[in-house]
Amino acid sequence: MTVNPSQTVNQSEAIPLDVNRIRADFPILSRTVNGKPLVYLDNAATTQKPTKVIDAVKNVYESMNANIHRGVHRLSVETTKAYENARLQAARLINAEKHTEIIFVRGATEGINLVAQTFGRKQVGEGDEIIVSNLEHHANIVPWQILCEQTGAQLKVVPVDDDGNVLVDEYRKLLSDKTRIVAMLQSSNALGTVVPVEEITRLAHEYGAKVLIDGSQSVQHNAVDVRAIDCDFFVFSGHKMYAPSGIGVLYGKESLLLDMPPYQGGGEMIKSVTFEQTIYNDLPHKFEAGTPNIEGAIGLGAAIEYLQGIGLSRIAAYEKELLEYATAQLSKIPEVRLIGTAREKVSVLSFVVEGIHPHDIGTILDQEGVAIRTGHHCAQPTMQRFGVPATARASMCFYNTKEEIDRLVEAVQTVIKVFA
Amino acid sequence: MSELGDLYQELILDHNRSPRNRGKVEDPDGCAQGYNPLCGDQISVSLKMDGDRIESVKFEGSGCAISTASASLMTEALKGKTREEAAVLFEKFHKLLTEVGDPDELGPGMGKLKVFSGVCQYPARVKCATLAWHTVKAAIEDKDEPVSTE
Ligand SMILES: Cc1ncc(COP(=O)(O)O)c(C=O)c1O
Repeated sequence: MTVNPSQTVNQSEAIPLDVNRIRADFPILSRTVNGKPLVYLDNAATTQKPTKVIDAVKNVYESMNANIHRGVHRLSVETTKAYENARLQAARLINAEKHTEIIFVRGATEGINLVAQTFGRKQVGEGDEIIVSNLEHHANIVPWQILCEQTGAQLKVVPVDDDGNVLVDEYRKLLSDKTRIVAMLQSSNALGTVVPVEEITRLAHEYGAKVLIDGSQSVQHNAVDVRAIDCDFFVFSGHKMYAPSGIGVLYGKESLLLDMPPYQGGGEMIKSVTFEQTIYNDLPHKFEAGTPNIEGAIGLGAAIEYLQGIGLSRIAAYEKELLEYATAQLSKIPEVRLIGTAREKVSVLSFVVEGIHPHDIGTILDQEGVAIRTGHHCAQPTMQRFGVPATARASMCFYNTKEEIDRLVEAVQTVIKVFA
Repeated sequence: MSELGDLYQELILDHNRSPRNRGKVEDPDGCAQGYNPLCGDQISVSLKMDGDRIESVKFEGSGCAISTASASLMTEALKGKTREEAAVLFEKFHKLLTEVGDPDELGPGMGKLKVFSGVCQYPARVKCATLAWHTVKAAIEDKDEPVSTE
């Protein structure tokens, strides 16, 4: 299970990707829904899994399954090695300095809660401030609200403009010596907005605040470099980047992780236990109490290898083209209004249709075999900002095609006809 | 489109386009708010009683076509019903939405509500169709806390 670097680094990123070959890697894409070929445009909720990932998980069960870091027997040694190899791959994916800065968690949500309840409980006090943006997923709002309740700190919100861009000037005004934590997403799941996280981080650091970046919607679309961002924490979920669900990553700078109290107590996170005193384990194990999602982590490693095999810059280029095409095609329908037209976006397209509720759109699209998400996308404050209770959202990725976008557009036209 | 027709029947589309009994009854005997967190549908229902009978029901709010049409048709169906009759009708309506079967087996009195029989094919939409009914139930009891479908 050692990674051969020549497999993971793509030599020919200049060659555009061959979408038909890629689609063959995803078994589910050949199924039908209501007698029509599935058009899966709900990738921001969760992505489909390539055979490489499915096989990696299957292989764990079929040929090496054991608990990790415990046994002296062969299976345990092999499984431990595969699990730890996934950590190396995750570290490489986001360019962490050390693999011990990678903590496996259940997903972005758990990663944020972990930081709030360990780092946050220790560092944040009465009168301190935590800054988030108006675009955050509930997962990057509620853990901070809980922390505020526990500590007497205050939550401040950076507004966005009518296109969905985060207003950096307003952010500057919110920063002060009271700011302890800035928590912001790198790309928005509801609108697609890309946030200038390097600048956000640099400004926060001028005030000594620490920065958590929610990369749930960025790692699968663009190459991410946590050292270039210089963020203090970074989280993402496996299931949104072609890996299994129930696995995700929390990255933290070593100096901060060392200083943080543990999150949960149990096996694996200790060096020695007596009833008088327990000595915590080294990083990253200090934060991984109990038997982790072993096969999930190994599946995540396989997904990373798969993505790097295609090349994230090719993925980004292809998805940009898809987004431009979809934006142009949907904009041709007069009844459609796009929500979220930021300067820089990932391939997420939120829209409303005049006089038709998004749930009715979603149901009719489903009849046409087109899967999109409708609702508030766990970002109710974003919906409130744009004065809509919900939107319809098509979120695309590199296995989608222009033909599929045409099917989406036709289906939206059907919706309009039904309700005319 | 034939399957779609089963859900978005002309009568539903019509009541969505021009909902009946929209607004608030004057000097109500019961009011309630309903909320469907899944889709953000919000509804408020007010009603006027005449003894044990419902004299009139009105609703306000915004929602999808299924919830709007359901509220609209409900206000018509409940007019003149006793509390007991309203409760029985809600029970039958709920059965219609959740159990696949012949709507005629539910016995008489369903009237236009049968148009929602297609909803049982769309489990994700059952809550849209029942929101108004849960809310009117609370209004009859004149409950203060908002009703939620979750
Ligand atoms: C931007 C963002 N943050 C956080 C999350 C939460 O991810 P998970 O539910 O996998 O923990 C999501 C998922 O929708 C998301 O899009």
